[in-house]
This record gives sequence, structure tokens and C-alpha cells, in this order.
Amino acid sequence: MTVSETHLAINAVFRIESPRLIAGLTRMLRDVGRAEELAQDALLAALEEWPSSGVPDKPGAWLMATAKHRAINQLRHGKMRERKHAELGSDAQARQNADVQSELVARIDDDVGDDLLRLVFTACHPLLSTEARVALTLRLIGGLTTQEIARAFLLPEPTIAQRIVRAKKTLAEKQVPFELPRAAELGARLASVLEVVYLVFNEGYSATAGDDCLRPALCEDAQRLGRMLVGLAPDEPEVHGLLALMEINASRLPARTDAAGEPILLLDQDRSRWDPLLIGRGLAALARAEALGGANGPYALQAALTACHARAQSAAETDWPRIAELYTRLLERVPSPVVALNRAVAVSRAEGPAAGLALLDQLSAEPALAQYALLPSARADLLTRLGRRNEARAEFERAAALTQNARQRARLLERAKSS
Amino acid sequence: MKFLMTYASDPKSGPPTPEQMAAIGKFSQEMIKSGVVLMTGGLVRPTKGTQVRLEAGKFTVTDGPFAETKELIDGFALIVAQSKAEAIEHARRFMSVAGEGQGEILQVFDGSEIPG
Repeated sequence: MTVSETHLAINAVFRIESPRLIAGLTRMLRDVGRAEELAQDALLAALEEWPSSGVPDKPGAWLMATAKHRAINQLRHGKMRERKHAELGSDAQARQNADVQSELVARIDDDVGDDLLRLVFTACHPLLSTEARVALTLRLIGGLTTQEIARAFLLPEPTIAQRIVRAKKTLAEKQVPFELPRAAELGARLASVLEVVYLVFNEGYSATAGDDCLRPALCEDAQRLGRMLVGLAPDEPEVHGLLALMEINASRLPARTDAAGEPILLLDQDRSRWDPLLIGRGLAALARAEALGGANGPYALQAALTACHARAQSAAETDWPRIAELYTRLLERVPSPVVALNRAVAVSRAEGPAAGLALLDQLSAEPALAQYALLPSARADLLTRLGRRNEARAEFERAAALTQNARQRARLLERAKSS
Repeated sequence: MKFLMTYASDPKSGPPTPEQMAAIGKFSQEMIKSGVVLMTGGLVRPTKGTQVRLEAGKFTVTDGPFAETKELIDGFALIVAQSKAEAIEHARRFMSVAGEGQGEILQVFDGSEIPG
């Protein structure tokens, strides 16, 4: 191996090992920031030693041993003594340095099974802003560098670096314990984790063909996090529900744009280009969510919706009554005007334009939809199907005035003209 | 990035021990749990599979030759990795469990790859 090949190999090892390394060190030190610094120190040591010694057989163990060694050394030099005394309680004040050390060593040798899950819950702690949670999760668990996160989110690198530094500081200041949430708060804490993962996915999903390839790669990063969460929390139905939603949506990535990079609507996509492996994985994850009693979870319901499309051989075979029913159930769980709008469109396909229009009319006074181009464009569609052409034209024009997308505006104005 | 990894154990190394099989099973489970492996499976190997070829409009099929040893470890995995170096490291880890042999790492074209 050349030196540069060895460096690539070392970085690859570090990316694979760093989440567990940081998780194990955090349990030992009770400080995510310090844990990450020590993990970085261990990486630097590897970059120094491995090019001449070769990559060790168990590189993860090597990195952990190196980081632990440094942690204990720093302790011996008294750098962390005071902090640890304070943390271990007032009687620890009287203890000898050696006792503190053995306490730390005992922590190292604890079962490491749940460390990674603890780290996920810590990085996604509700004390942190959503954007801080996203950055910290991608950094600590996704193994992305600050630069990669910045490029993927189209932000300057210092912005991301600052978010991460502040987040770690907040976790330290608020003394967030490194533990799994108690049963009473598990639901809310898990929702915070799933929100972060889905946000990462959607950021990648909204990327266009011209973007830096790190943006679409966010979908894969989110799926990887989702698959990992399923391994860490296999009894949580919504974890499976979110994974199902992401896998099935990702199955359509190859079919979503035409050769010029313009988006193709779901019903117009070439279904032979949908990825059958991801559909299969998504349907299996959805089945597990339902088997665990989670059929009515918001993520499972959205996954079930997207599964209706995945199961249909052609757009004409779409099970619209089932989609309408799923939207009704989703609306009960997530009372959002956008969900209500989608439900009305599904009802129009299942029962006819009049039924859909009646539901859309109930939404016309909704302030959240006042600037939402999809409402007048959906109304215009249904009015056209009902032969009410003058009203349809006015709605197409209203939709055209609201949309931000030039291409879409042109299409809407064209439809207004032909109404 | 997705990679298709294949592996064939060295025919001279003989059939795997039960301990080795258990270690491979444990390794595979861990890789699935950590989200790296999307799909994996073993392959039946009569040393070489059935070779098919289309040449000058003519489709030909060649079987075998068949192996003396049936119980070799041959397998494949479809994995997700952030770089080829990462895929190589996963291969190294797998082979340290599965034993001597050889394999191939092929990147799966997914249409969204932008060169550079």
C-alpha cells in the first residue's frame, strides 16, 4: 500500500469505528465533546503509526485502547481530576487519585451494548435546536466531517462547526446524562431522533441533479441511520415505520427526474426504474411496524401510503380508496391542512371530482393554505373534470400567481388558457 | 454508494468448521444490524458457475467444471459504504472471519453518481 492508500484506509476505518468509539468514550467521560476530541487524537495517532506498522488486525480495538490510554494519562496529569471529583459526589473529594482512576476503568469495562443508542439520544436531545441535532447526529453517528455536512446542506463550514461546538457546550452545561430515556419520556425522545433522521433524508430527497453529490447522498446517510436504529431499537414500531417510508421513497429516486433533470410527478414515472430491492425492504419494514402494533403511527401511515404506489403495477392500478382511508387515519394523528388537501385529492380519485371538491372547499378558509399553490391547482383540476371551465381558469391563474417555480407557472398558465 | 462484494474461499483450505460458520453468521448479523449490509447470501459452487455468453449472435452455455469439495464458502453481499476504501475495509474484516480466499468489489451504478 502507498502512503495515500494507507491514509484512505485509515480514514475508512475511522469512519466505521468512530460512532462506537465516541459512544464508548462518552460513557467513560460523560462528556461528548471530550470523547470526540479523544477519538480525533486516536485518529491522529493512527495516521502517524499505521503507515509504517500497517493497519492492525482489530483497528477498532486499537483506536479505543489508544483513546482510553490518553484519557487515563490526562487524568493522571490531573487535567480532569477536579471535574471527576465533583461528578462522583462529595465523598469522592476524599478519595485518592487512584480510586478515581479505578472508577473510570470500571466504567470502561461496563457492557457497551447500548452506548451507541445512548449517543443517538444524546445527539438528538430536545434541548438542542433541530439544526444542531441534525449536525451533531451526522457528525457523531453518521461519521461525516464538518466539511461534508456543510457541503451537503449548502452552508459555510464555520456555520456547521459552530452549531456542533455550541451543541456540545449545551449538552455539557445542562449536564445531560448519558443514558437511555425512561419509559415515560421515551416516546417524545424517540420522536426527536426520528425527526432528525427524516429531515436528513428529505434534505437529500429535495436535491436536484446539478447539486454536489453529497446532497443526494444524504438520503443514503439517513437510510443508513434508519437501518442502524432498527438494529438498536428493534421493538419500536415507528423506527420500522420511518425506515419503511425512507426505503420506499428512495426506491423512486432513479425515476424522479428526466434526462434534463426536470422532476417527473409520481404518477408519470416509469415504474420499471423503481428500485425493487428498496421496495422489498420497505414493505418488509412496514410489515414489522404493523406487526408490532404500530399501524397507526404517523411514519407507518405515511409508509403505508407510499407503499400503495409501490404495490401498483401502473398508475391506473393505484388503490385510491385505500389511499383516501390512510389519509383519513393520518389526519386524525397529524391534523395538518396539507394532509387534508392530499386526502381531498385522494378522495376525488376514489369517489369522483365532486366529493373531492366538497372537501377542498372546506379548506379554502384555511390560513395555512392561503399562499399554497397546490390548493387552487387541485381545485382547478377538479373543476375542469366537472366541466366548470370558467371557475377552473380562475383557479389555474391563482395557482400560477402563487407558485415559485417558473416551469410550473408556465404549465399552469397554459392550462388556464385552454380552459 | 452501493457495492456488490463477492467471495470464494480457497479450495485448498477445506470445508469450514462449525465455529467458523458460527463466526461468519455472527459477523453477517452484526453487519446487517449496523446498516451496512442490504442483502447477503451464499452461493452454490461447483468451482465455476454456469458460464453464458453471447458472441456473434450465438448464445452458448458452458457448465462447470464441477468441484471435488462441495462445502466451500462462496457468497455475496450488497453493501452501502461512503467510499471504496470503506468497502475494502469491510471486505478485509469479512475475510479475517471467513478465511483465505478471494473476492471482488464492484460498485453498483445507481444513476445518481456524479463523477469527481
